[in-house]
Amino acid sequence: MMADSGSNEEVAVIGNTDITSTETESNIINTMVERETALLRKMEINVAEAEKRTGKNTVNMQETYTVYLIETRPAETVPGGGAPAAPDTLWRRYSEFELLRTFLLVTYPYIIIPPLPEKRAEFQWHKLAADNLDPDFVERRRVGLENFLLRVASHPVLSNDKLYFLFLTEEKGWREAVLETGFQDKVDSRLKSLSAMFRVKNPDKRFTAMKQYSDELNTVISQLLRVRARVADRLYGVYKVHGNYGRVFSEWSAIEKEMGDGLQSAGHHMDTYAAQIDDILEEEEHYADQLKEYLFYTDAVRSVCKKHELIQYELEMAAQELVSKKQQREELATGTVRVFSLKGMTSKLFGTESQEQRESRLAALEQSIQEGEETLKEKNTECKEFVQMAWQDIERFKEQKDKDLREALISYAIMQISTCKKGIQVWSNAKDCFNKM
Amino acid sequence: MSVGAPRALASSGQKPITEILHPLSAAEEPLSVTIGGDKQEVALTNGTPVETSSPASTSSLFNRLQLDDDLEADVRDPYADSTEMRDLFVTVDDPKKHVSTMETYITYRVSTKTSRVEFDLPEYCVRRRYQDFDWLRIKLEDSQPTHLIPPLPEKFVMKGVVDRFSEEFVETRMKALDKFLKRVADHPVLSFNPHLTAFLTVKDLNKRQGLALLSKVGESVKHVAGGYKLRARPAEFCAMGEYLDTFNQKLGTIDRIAQRILKEQSEYLTELREYGGVYSSWVGSEEELRRPLEGVAGCVTTSCGALEDLGDNMSLDFLPVLREYVLYLESIKNVLRKRDQSQAEYEGRLEAAILRKQEDRTPMPLEVEKCQDKVECFNADLKADWERWQSNKRHDFKQLLTSMADRNINSYEKSQAAWESLITLLQDKQTEDKTSETN
Repeated sequence: MMADSGSNEEVAVIGNTDITSTETESNIINTMVERETALLRKMEINVAEAEKRTGKNTVNMQETYTVYLIETRPAETVPGGGAPAAPDTLWRRYSEFELLRTFLLVTYPYIIIPPLPEKRAEFQWHKLAADNLDPDFVERRRVGLENFLLRVASHPVLSNDKLYFLFLTEEKGWREAVLETGFQDKVDSRLKSLSAMFRVKNPDKRFTAMKQYSDELNTVISQLLRVRARVADRLYGVYKVHGNYGRVFSEWSAIEKEMGDGLQSAGHHMDTYAAQIDDILEEEEHYADQLKEYLFYTDAVRSVCKKHELIQYELEMAAQELVSKKQQREELATGTVRVFSLKGMTSKLFGTESQEQRESRLAALEQSIQEGEETLKEKNTECKEFVQMAWQDIERFKEQKDKDLREALISYAIMQISTCKKGIQVWSNAKDCFNKM
Repeated sequence: MSVGAPRALASSGQKPITEILHPLSAAEEPLSVTIGGDKQEVALTNGTPVETSSPASTSSLFNRLQLDDDLEADVRDPYADSTEMRDLFVTVDDPKKHVSTMETYITYRVSTKTSRVEFDLPEYCVRRRYQDFDWLRIKLEDSQPTHLIPPLPEKFVMKGVVDRFSEEFVETRMKALDKFLKRVADHPVLSFNPHLTAFLTVKDLNKRQGLALLSKVGESVKHVAGGYKLRARPAEFCAMGEYLDTFNQKLGTIDRIAQRILKEQSEYLTELREYGGVYSSWVGSEEELRRPLEGVAGCVTTSCGALEDLGDNMSLDFLPVLREYVLYLESIKNVLRKRDQSQAEYEGRLEAAILRKQEDRTPMPLEVEKCQDKVECFNADLKADWERWQSNKRHDFKQLLTSMADRNINSYEKSQAAWESLITLLQDKQTEDKTSETN
């Protein structure tokens, strides 16, 4: 565990509903509830820009990629005085974010690590580009990356990680520093925990329930995003067809006398109506992004639960092994064979061993048992600590999820109201024109 | 009751004089009657004295020309009759299904209220079926060929595709029949047509006999000798034709757009319903989020309902009216054609007569003068009807488009109200939670 346990600040939720309600008024809805960690008290973090670069990749081929500008600046302590200090900046590309996240996954297996925005556009309604270099996609990814950094920065444990700090402040040399930690060795065991099929004898009900919940959430959000994309497609069609009224009213007005003006102006309003859908759907993408974040979060939850399972399994295995060794000792000491062992069999078949042989075997077994007891104690501690820290983070996550999704649903409702209002406005204008016909 | 009515003019078709009023008289007031027979006092309301001599005489021709001028003046206010001076009110409602061994059909109640002297009673109530309306229309077209007869809803419907007895179909048809009858009743000439009177009053409308008396079909315009070529159509009638063509095109386009919108909305609705369903299913795995999720699902459902109503309304009220107008345009074009034929016949006969006159000095034959009268009157009637049609059309489309706007506004309002009450609900809960947190 690499964190400094020094500043493990507890959550102080200060007027969060105020923050979120003003934020919902602006178009970019960041429902991030920023909790006051030591890190955030020190600095402001921003992913300000994105830029295209070309360079040679690892196989010496020319490639185009995007880099993102990370800005950090000391948090304002003196209000009002002069212009804010110029930020420190560095550039990072997506793959570096991925590296950071993998590092965190391995280093803090009991923490639900915040997800990155999607690598490739999924769940798109067909009008939106699925191209990674498309400016809209890049922009939404920029927001997602900033969100990721802020989530980490406001996490009570993760915010203290040194390498995370370096990620924000050291452009060169960060990669080497990460690789030096040797975290990659742990990657294998991580993969093992995720894919292995093992059965735990006494599963922790809380974790089982959490894993199940996470799977359900994953399913329902996927469904929601899929259907939403289809809904968006259809709504786009409805609005755009109305634009045809604009043209035909204009043509019709040419042959009319008194009706002409009214028709012509009404036609313009129909064009306005048709154009409304672009902004409406653009805004809705933010809602989709909020859902996507939690969709990806479910993967992180699942992996914590799986890791716990693995630890639990190893604990059970260790306990089982110890029991079996102790039984063997008993048998050796008393001479009864209760447990089948190859050594016992062979000695039966090929003659009993000498007293010396038996004593040395007993000694080895005692040693093994002692080691086994040490291992068991360690595993026990490991398991207990894991459970404690993991469950703490799960509780924190649950609260965060409830709050964030609630805010997301409210802002979705607000979006719908805005859509209705716009529609009413334009049809009322059209109606006025019709009345003047 | 006999009115000292002016002599019938040939243009009004071959009818017994007593049953015809001059077209212009209806434009202002019912004819002022002086009983006493002093011809000097029997006059048209516009003051023009009426010739009692043969309608086809040259002097009466002169009058006709004068009348034409006055016609222009009256045309400027085509609404005058329908607003203040309505004395004939008709309504079509109360559809009922009749099942007999031979067939199944729908009848409608036709109610009439009137103060007109042509009617024996002030009120009537009869039952009519579509066939009867069709009969009436044919009779009107035959007997008033120079006028624009309003259209009926489509006669034939594909038996497999449309349910002729469904509530929506019957209601749509009934509204169209009501409109048809109202338009006829509002028309200064058509409303006095005896076929209309019979339609409104006779209990058992027997089409084959009895009314033959009234149906002396005007052979004047109906059986126009063919083979005459039109020389020069007056500019205004050319303009009418062009207008109708363009307007027809535009109506067709609007119909297609409206149908496309309905289709897109219907598909949107299908997806939206599924979308709401996902929120509902999500509720099961949540605790704190239960209320907002249920709320969102509920709002989506409300929006679906509002959208469905919008679609139904557009199908029932908007599209049929468009189609009616397309039919109207067709029938007007027919009248224009007949007018052309009538003019062509006149020109043809005139030419022939002039040639003969040059040869053997025969005086202008009566037929030529008759033809000229016909053309003049046809043009006059048509122009008057055209103006009134334009005015009605403007009113109809104003109403049609305004209600389309209203329905869309309505749909959005319902949706907005639902979402707003959700916000209120959730924000109340939020303040509730906050106060309990701080306690």
